[in-house]
Amino acid sequence: MGHLSWIFVSTLLVNNFTLVMFLGLCSFFGVTGKVETAWRLGLANTFVLLLTALSAWFLNAYVLQKTPFLRTIAFIVVIASAVQIVEMAVKKYLPVLFRQLGIYLPLITTNCAILGLALFQTSRAYTLVEALVFAVGAGLGLTLALSLMASIRERTELTDPPVIARRMGLVLVIASCLSMAFMGFAGMGSAE
Amino acid sequence: MTAATAPVAKKDDAPAFDPGAPPPATLFQDVWRGIGKENPVLVQFLGMCPTMAVTNILANGFAMGVATTFVLVGSGLFVSLFRKYVAHEVRITSYILIIATFVTLADMLLAASFPDISKALGPFIPLIVANCLLLGRAEAFAAKVGPVRAVADGLGMGLGFTVSLSALASFREILGRGTILGHPLFGPRFEPWVFLMMPPGGFFTLGVACLVVAYVIEWRKQHAPREA
Repeated sequence: MGHLSWIFVSTLLVNNFTLVMFLGLCSFFGVTGKVETAWRLGLANTFVLLLTALSAWFLNAYVLQKTPFLRTIAFIVVIASAVQIVEMAVKKYLPVLFRQLGIYLPLITTNCAILGLALFQTSRAYTLVEALVFAVGAGLGLTLALSLMASIRERTELTDPPVIARRMGLVLVIASCLSMAFMGFAGMGSAE
Repeated sequence: MTAATAPVAKKDDAPAFDPGAPPPATLFQDVWRGIGKENPVLVQFLGMCPTMAVTNILANGFAMGVATTFVLVGSGLFVSLFRKYVAHEVRITSYILIIATFVTLADMLLAASFPDISKALGPFIPLIVANCLLLGRAEAFAAKVGPVRAVADGLGMGLGFTVSLSALASFREILGRGTILGHPLFGPRFEPWVFLMMPPGGFFTLGVACLVVAYVIEWRKQHAPREA
């Protein structure tokens, strides 16, 4: 497997951002009530992840070389602005999609997956192409995890769990099982 | 007439400009709220990314809790001090900038004094910025009260966060590794429950903790009326 495709598969499955690295858990538990919204939010996240990877890479390569201590602050400001720009663009050119996404678009700012991507690509010293592949893998992995979780939760709506498991207990244990399933992909790296 | 004038007079008396200000409480109540009834991890489920990512051993969980407490107290103080000068439209951005400043401070302090822990936590310290607990407390509490109460609330929430993280991390370290703070607890025949050290163990531990809390709440609900 080529180097780039390995980065892609690794972020998509082996080190899935949500289920193995614990990034973006707020949306994972918050908006996985319906499959429809879950995968739409996943794709919106993928787009923002791509934008972030691009801007964080240029910021890191040309601006932050001499001031590494400003990294966190600079990244979060760039992410907040990127989300704002995406929101305005979608509102202007794709009003139907904007209405479907509603509140979830601005909420992407506080998604730790976005900041996490910027920080991980910096600490692993990825090149621009590697960073973009990393972003697509992370975004699709997020979409996969959100859709899986949402489809399981749609089924559990119809069941009758014990009173104490009604709020978060059941959801967390389901997440644990999903995460365990994804641990099975860990063998892929060693088989190479 | 009196009924109509009374709320207006009350509004003029209120020190905060925001109508949604939290009700007055003693400082002790402000601190205790974060540890007990409004515990950020076990009751509100805020800031779950660090809760599960760094609680595989006690030292990491505790360090994460202390760092978050530092950021909560510092950002609470400054958000509260600037609450009358920040325009409503740019408040979220200003809060994030204040939080990011304190996170950078915490990151550098930790790297300087405990390089091992700093390396183990890695990007999860800068990721405190994206912890919804911080923005949530800034918006819901610190921006609406005086600096003393904001600090008390930050301290309470931070302590609640630290205690919960330490409890989860102890559970995972003791059963998953057979050690506590690196010291072996059981004899050589102990078989560690490796599952708890892996990512699914994080979801599982919090799930179990959540079931226990829900059980206690349910038990109290059923037993309280009989005593009264």
